[in-house]
Amino acid sequence: MGGGNGASPTAEDDAVYYFDLAVTGISFGCMYAMMSVGLTLVYGLLRILHVAHAAVFTLGAYVTVLVANATGSILLGFLAAMIVTPLFGMAIYRVMYEPLLKYRPDVPMIASIGLLIFMQDAFRIVFGEQGITFHRNAFAFTTFNVFGVTVSAVQIATIIAAAVVFTALHLFTTRTRIGIGWRATVSKPQIAASFGIDPIKVRYLNFAVGSVLAAIAGGLVAEMNNLVDPGIGFVVSYKALAIIVLGGLGSVRGTLIASLVLGLVEAYGTIFIGAWLDRDAIAFLALIVLLMIRPQGFTGARTA
Amino acid sequence: MSAYEISIISIIGINVILAVSLNMISGFCGQISIGHGAFFGTGAYAAALTMVGTGSVPLAILAALVTGSLLGLAVGFASLRVRTDFLAVTTIGVNFLFVGFVRKQAWLGGEMGISGIPATGFGPVGNMTMILLFAAATIALSLYISRSWMGFAFRAVGEDEGTAATLGINAGAYKLAAFGIGTALAGLAGCLYTFFTQFIAADAFDFIFSVMLMAMVVIGGIGSTWGVAVAAVGLTLLPEAIRFVNDYRLLVFGGLLVLVIRLAPSGLAGLVQKAFLAVRRS
Repeated sequence: MGGGNGASPTAEDDAVYYFDLAVTGISFGCMYAMMSVGLTLVYGLLRILHVAHAAVFTLGAYVTVLVANATGSILLGFLAAMIVTPLFGMAIYRVMYEPLLKYRPDVPMIASIGLLIFMQDAFRIVFGEQGITFHRNAFAFTTFNVFGVTVSAVQIATIIAAAVVFTALHLFTTRTRIGIGWRATVSKPQIAASFGIDPIKVRYLNFAVGSVLAAIAGGLVAEMNNLVDPGIGFVVSYKALAIIVLGGLGSVRGTLIASLVLGLVEAYGTIFIGAWLDRDAIAFLALIVLLMIRPQGFTGARTA
Repeated sequence: MSAYEISIISIIGINVILAVSLNMISGFCGQISIGHGAFFGTGAYAAALTMVGTGSVPLAILAALVTGSLLGLAVGFASLRVRTDFLAVTTIGVNFLFVGFVRKQAWLGGEMGISGIPATGFGPVGNMTMILLFAAATIALSLYISRSWMGFAFRAVGEDEGTAATLGINAGAYKLAAFGIGTALAGLAGCLYTFFTQFIAADAFDFIFSVMLMAMVVIGGIGSTWGVAVAAVGLTLLPEAIRFVNDYRLLVFGGLLVLVIRLAPSGLAGLVQKAFLAVRRS
């Protein structure tokens, strides 16, 4: 890490330290973004706060580490996770949310929390409390020196992955028929349906895409910590709720901005308010303040 | 009575107070709160500080009731701004903030918590009796409110706020009342918990505990005082009685929560009522 080396810190040391925090913040922000966009997509379409998305994230992390250890290829691990998690995400929709759509929105949300703690305990029982480490994790231990700051390959991979994924998502939703149909269903479901778009298929697509993003985020966090334990998704799940509210509910762009801002605020916040508040509580402080000032979020027009 | 039995009964009493008080907020008045642990914790810390400072039991109880209720009213004001799932998210945030704040405060013992809290002087059986009396009083209060005009107004607000307002019911005032009463009782439970353990740390009041309380309310039958009280007793005993459940506590609670919401949304109380009606019809 940066900072002074015992001697009195110079201005240059300070600059290095702040740059270091910026890299940490941005890479965390990218991870939050990949996690939260799934929630935003589900919220935008079904108006459900999909807390159990964190279980999808955790499953992604486990599949990545297990397959990577079995085959020796981290890339195969990611691919396997990206195949397994959409199935899980779609199953959650079919088995749990679909029958609960007729209730008040807090009902599916509580069920979602129940599913998350159920899955977390299931992961603990199946894979053990201590968690699983990568046999070979070249990624986490390869570091580069950028302007005097040590940056790990995982941090760079996270930022690149986020850039690629969101560019692909953007192209998919603006340039392909399926993507346009999807957006149409989100904004005007009845009219989209009358143009022959099957709303149920859109819902499955929605859960599948969100789950793939969560799996990538899960795999990257696993790499970053070089460990997958049952609680890996716990704090992220509730932070993601804060992020999508801060990002203006249902707005993908807002979610991306809120994720980056939160990553940076957390990185720098540990210096300024770390003395009286846990790092993990910062997101909730921001969330509550925002909800009280603007219950409809930054951009949204709905009344919460 | 063995020390083990006394401690189990004490915990059951505390959980009954917590679940029944949460039911007043979420069941009667329809304001879903998944941060009840924060009010429980506030009461516990207030009582601990009062006991360490003065050693007076009545003062500790008073402090817990007042602080729990004050934080509850603050969150109650939030319920005037945000509704349903967003209120739930806000209460989750309050719970994380409470734990994140307390853990960093030296005057609250930080990560280590507060230990060596003076005893009440009643002995374990005396404490247990006091807890059971308060639990009984909480159930009685809940039943009374349920049958009163206030209970009617709570349910009207819970069912449909707009319609309640049209009928001339001041929805905001009743929401605040529900939060104020429910969280004061949670603070009381925190005080009793402090008397019982004489040691508190922030982790005992975390979000997962709040989810457990919500599970008791939902599984018992949201809105039914007896259903919720029975569920609180049953779900506290279950991990003690069955070793499997103790090892896989979250698995069982989470699983039950999903199953009940999915298959029997009115919980135990609803099932009992259905069975009763079926028997009477035949």
